[in-house]
Amino acid sequence: MTGFLAGLCVAVLPLLAAGFWLGRRTARPESLGGLGTPVEHATFETLHTASLAAPPLRAGLTEETARRSARRLRTLLGTDALCLTDHENLLVWDGVGDHHRAELMERLAGPLESGRGEAFRLHCETPDCPVRWAVITPLTVDDRVHGTLVACAPRESAVLVRAAGEVARWVSVQLELADLDRSRTRLIEAEIRALRAQISPHFIFNSLAVIASFVRTDPERARELLLEFADFTRYSFRRHGDFTTLADELHAIDHYLALVRARFGDRLTVTLQIAPEVLPVTLPFLCLQPLVENAVKHGLEGKTGTCRIQITAQDEGAQALVVIEDDGAGMDPVLLRRILAGETSPSGGIGLSNVDDRLRQVYGDDHGLVIETAPGAGMKITARLPKYQPGVH
Amino acid sequence: MNSSYAVPAVALVVVATVLVGAFGLRISRTTSDFYVASRTVGPRLNAAAISGEYLSAASFLGIAGLVLVQGPDMLWYPVGYTAGYLVLLLFVAAPLRRSGAYTLPDFAEARLASQQVRRLAGAFVVGVGWLYLLPQLQGAGLTLSVLTGAPDALGGLIVAVVVVATVAAGGMRSITFVQAFQYWLKLTALLVPALFLVLAWQRAGAPVHAFDEPATFRTQRAVDVRDTLSLRLDRRLTVTVTGTVDGHPHRDARVTLPEGTHRISAGTRLTFAQGTRVPATDRGTNGGMSTSLTESREERPLYATYGLILATFLGTMGLPHVVVRFYTSPHGVAARRTTVAVLALIGLFYLLPPVYGALGRLYTPELTLTGETDAAVLLLPDRVVGGLGGDLLGALVAGGAFAAFLSTASGLTMAVAGVLTQDVLPARGVRHFRLGTVLAMAVPLAASVLVGGLPVADAVGLAFAVSASSFCPLLVLGIWWRRLTPPGAAAGMLAGGGSAFCAVAATMADLPGTGDAHALLAWPALWSVPLGFLTMILVSLATPGRVPPGTAAILARFHLPEELRAEVKA
Repeated sequence: MTGFLAGLCVAVLPLLAAGFWLGRRTARPESLGGLGTPVEHATFETLHTASLAAPPLRAGLTEETARRSARRLRTLLGTDALCLTDHENLLVWDGVGDHHRAELMERLAGPLESGRGEAFRLHCETPDCPVRWAVITPLTVDDRVHGTLVACAPRESAVLVRAAGEVARWVSVQLELADLDRSRTRLIEAEIRALRAQISPHFIFNSLAVIASFVRTDPERARELLLEFADFTRYSFRRHGDFTTLADELHAIDHYLALVRARFGDRLTVTLQIAPEVLPVTLPFLCLQPLVENAVKHGLEGKTGTCRIQITAQDEGAQALVVIEDDGAGMDPVLLRRILAGETSPSGGIGLSNVDDRLRQVYGDDHGLVIETAPGAGMKITARLPKYQPGVH
Repeated sequence: MNSSYAVPAVALVVVATVLVGAFGLRISRTTSDFYVASRTVGPRLNAAAISGEYLSAASFLGIAGLVLVQGPDMLWYPVGYTAGYLVLLLFVAAPLRRSGAYTLPDFAEARLASQQVRRLAGAFVVGVGWLYLLPQLQGAGLTLSVLTGAPDALGGLIVAVVVVATVAAGGMRSITFVQAFQYWLKLTALLVPALFLVLAWQRAGAPVHAFDEPATFRTQRAVDVRDTLSLRLDRRLTVTVTGTVDGHPHRDARVTLPEGTHRISAGTRLTFAQGTRVPATDRGTNGGMSTSLTESREERPLYATYGLILATFLGTMGLPHVVVRFYTSPHGVAARRTTVAVLALIGLFYLLPPVYGALGRLYTPELTLTGETDAAVLLLPDRVVGGLGGDLLGALVAGGAFAAFLSTASGLTMAVAGVLTQDVLPARGVRHFRLGTVLAMAVPLAASVLVGGLPVADAVGLAFAVSASSFCPLLVLGIWWRRLTPPGAAAGMLAGGGSAFCAVAATMADLPGTGDAHALLAWPALWSVPLGFLTMILVSLATPGRVPPGTAAILARFHLPEELRAEVKA
């Protein structure tokens, strides 16, 4: 019997947890009653309805968003019927009397053309038709008419004309915000495209100089290096896709290091420690190579001894942990912070802040670079790459 | 049983797992070894890792125990556990890998672009994970108590602490190698003793015993009754008793029990003479073993068998710890090759448990009396071979059993903790992953103490049923049907998986009752899987406007080989 009771408890617990979760998710601060005067109450109500109608419209004016916002807008206006249109189509008719669709569509041309509202009587054969009169108000974004909002009522009403105008203006603002959202997304995409694949001209120049120096003395070596150079540039100039796998990125780093080692010889020691589980992880194209380039630069800068670079990639459950460490000159953290904030540009290239920006854009602000450094103490750069991120493939 | 070798063996396995998990195989290389350092995991290594993680207490101990009690019908378990990978290979492996998803909630989000469906899938991952962890802990408890006489909960506690410690301390560093090693350890731990057992059996004249005949004791055998039980005798039985029978205390007395039902109190020792038939126990009174599954299996063998087949065939693809391992394959084709190798590896492994089951029927028939059938594999080496050899082989088997608990439990804990951290607990960094790990293990640990012991293979079968009813429709329809919608997927998972989960909870709680309803609850897959599919299809068809935008592109990505995809993009 105790076994039975215990089992029952185990069975009921997840249900309780699920119920709690559902309850928390669905609970909304609906109860505004008892808060202030009736006027204030009405204000709250209106603001609440308006705020509920806003989110769908922030995605732009489509059939789906129109459908989801139309009912709220009708409540806001208090009319019997409301419809939203774009240039060609009637997107949604909310409320009664939708046999006037065709008639309305004929009358749209004027307001769409002129950008000015219009109120008119509807012709109707049905004796007890609830809508006799309609107000068409255009929705404008940046002085261009995007569509119209039509409110229908049983009789002529100046209040409705005014209210419809205000609501249309409010909807227009939301659509303008949607437009801004879209431009921001486009801007980010353009920025990612601009940020990707910026191998430094210095590197190309130095590599070719090194290869040239080997052509006479060691033609075989020169040939190998040229092939490495070809592989690396093919990878960094490729056109398709914004993302690559960790395995491919590491191969590019290998080609890069082969060329660097040709220049610096024994002064550079690189150690790799890579968990094979994380090799298939997808990541923004060329976002580790600049970090290695940075480590090489800092490691060899202003000192004569050898430089050690350690590249580690570990498996951490749902994410991969990539660490690139050098024992070079390091950097003043204050200066580094200003570089990452974009206030000042470092001497050579745009490496670190570029990678940091891209990681934040792709994975969110939790996944920026973590950099530990001090003057003379080397630099340790940590990146956490999620194994799966929607849209990254 | 002599535990002086077994305990060190178990300790060795535990310590080895902790050390390898904590420090990993440190692969330090200079750039000249670059191609070695960055070599992806090959299909065979990955397959060994998947098999190592997959072969749990149910495979190692459970199947042999069920074959011992219920005969060859139970061979459907190993067949189903293996065939699940065939279904996975045919319908899911490559597209799932190409989807780029790491976990099942990731897949739901990638395919349906819906946070709600993602959360729901996460909830089912946690549910299936907990259901699957429960028998691992109970199996560990049983193993330790058989080896040393320790309390039942101790073994589960040890496994729980070891797993939580290694996972929370930074996860398994080189999990692929650890799990692959565990597979070969488990295979060795069953294969080597099995060879000796079969040799000893041959030397004893290869006695055979048909399964439809009642089992008999081959030698004089003392049986300690740990939980009060009722014996049902259909002929007179003479037995030496120390303890209480039918309320009368005896002390080393020969008692002849007449036909009918007799009550044996806990703590009684019965000594059966050579050649005595093993008496039957009354259902519902044999303490340790839950009865509803056995009972409905005996009443409706055909229904139960089909329920089992459907659950295991379709449930494998939804096991959270199996799915994440496919991410290690570099591309879809490698994922398919890996699955083929997995089929071979676990097919090889599953040849062995039936051998133990058949030998157990001959040499350890008293287990049907006490209900601790899962102990058969552990007891056999001592029984059949005996002496120092028997002790050493027993130690090997015990070590293998703990490898099974540890590998499966750590994989499951990581999967469940990952979902808890990512989708349930509010996000706050690494410390939260530790909290998630503790939570992932605490619930099944508490349940393992509270809920009476099902045979491990049956308990794992229930986890398969829930997985088959929730994730199989999601994966199969998600990969092969372009009209799937988020509301459809959510409704299908809730209807199929939710109903299967309720049925499983009722079975585990051992709700009293018999008849058709009971059988339906004990083997839910046969109705809950079609229910899940049907709900998902109908609700999707009813909400055609909600088909996620970009479905065609997503499905193209699932099904096109990677090389083609690069060309298309270019």
